[in-house]
Amino acid sequence: MGLTGQSSGISLLNNKFNITKKSDEQIVIALAGNPNTGKSTLFNHLTGLNQHTGNWPGKTVCNAQGTFKYKDKDYLLVDLPGTYSILANSVEEEIARDFICFGNPDITIVITDSTCLERNLNLVLQITEITDNVVLCLNLMDEAKRKGIDIDIKKLEKSLGIPVIPTVARDGKGVNDLLFTIHNIVEGISKPTPYKMTYDDSIEALVKEIEDNLSGLLDESLNSRWITLRLIDGDKSILKSIKEILNSPSYEEREV
Amino acid sequence: MKCDNCFERINKEELTLNKLPVGKTAKVKTLLNTGISRRRLLDLGLIPNSIVKTERLSPSGNPIAYNIKGAVIALRKKESKNVIVTLLHEE
Ligand SMILES: Nc1nc2c(ncn2[C@@H]2O[C@H](COP(=O)(O)OP(=O)(O)OP(=O)(O)O)[C@@H](O)[C@H]2O)c(=O)[nH]1
Ligand SMILES: [Mg+2]
Repeated sequence: MGLTGQSSGISLLNNKFNITKKSDEQIVIALAGNPNTGKSTLFNHLTGLNQHTGNWPGKTVCNAQGTFKYKDKDYLLVDLPGTYSILANSVEEEIARDFICFGNPDITIVITDSTCLERNLNLVLQITEITDNVVLCLNLMDEAKRKGIDIDIKKLEKSLGIPVIPTVARDGKGVNDLLFTIHNIVEGISKPTPYKMTYDDSIEALVKEIEDNLSGLLDESLNSRWITLRLIDGDKSILKSIKEILNSPSYEEREV
Repeated sequence: MKCDNCFERINKEELTLNKLPVGKTAKVKTLLNTGISRRRLLDLGLIPNSIVKTERLSPSGNPIAYNIKGAVIALRKKESKNVIVTLLHEE
């Protein structure tokens, strides 16, 4: 019982993801989205010069981290690779999936292209299936407006169960609303309650059976329903990641 | 050999996505593959009834770039031949 959950969480971030938290209080935000939706633009806008780039451990994919302050709180922002999915068809998807699933970010921002929202929502639903604290950023609103696309934001918020913030990241428009929304979640003033997918009875029965068997085997911070669904998919890469996490020094120390 | 009748028939014919000519638009009917490779096509937006257009060929003819729900995505033939589409006619 050497380490507290929190500090071993920090070394897990460090060992597996090369993410360095300055302090326990620093709030970790993951920035996810399809390719070319303005992730790096928003990232640069928020972090300014306080950035650090390198590679994800063992991968040749860029890992960008940056810090910023808002209302006296310290944030660490992690720019994830742009992907259409996080079901691990590629190295980029594996990184995004592992970070959201095992890196336990406090909040995940999914940034979407408002001119082709439908194709972006696939990723949104995949992420809300793993974690509740998700904020949807509808970026490129200027382009959408130019194309005559009108998005019913209230209705989208209601159907998805998460905050939806329109932005034009290139001009910094809407970024304050986004920060205020994040602040409210961090302070516990608001709590996203994402729409949860249910599957066929046969699959749900299988989920229940496997999840019952998994309980006790997995760390409680992991989403056992989601991992069960991947096991049913026959996804071998998730097993590999779980094994890596279980074998990482920070995790072993915690088990002592 | 061309006649009005067989033109009709060909137009209604289904084809696999790798055979869809550049500039033509089609509607996804069904996917033939299963498992992770099927999941990938679905994640890219190739869901039954969605619209797909062939944008351009790469110099070697493989992969081919498609417009799928507003994003241009390159698919290898071994992937696109798993997608059955029906050709749509531009008015
Ligand atoms: N019109 C408009 N352009 C934007 C907006 N946000 C970003 N862009 C532009 O969109 C392009 C892509 O932005 P990036 O920030 O590089 O996108 P990304 O999501 O980081 O892309 P990948 O890392 O390749 O996935 C750039 O040319 C930006 O200037 C916006 O709100 N409106
Ligand atoms: Mg980027």
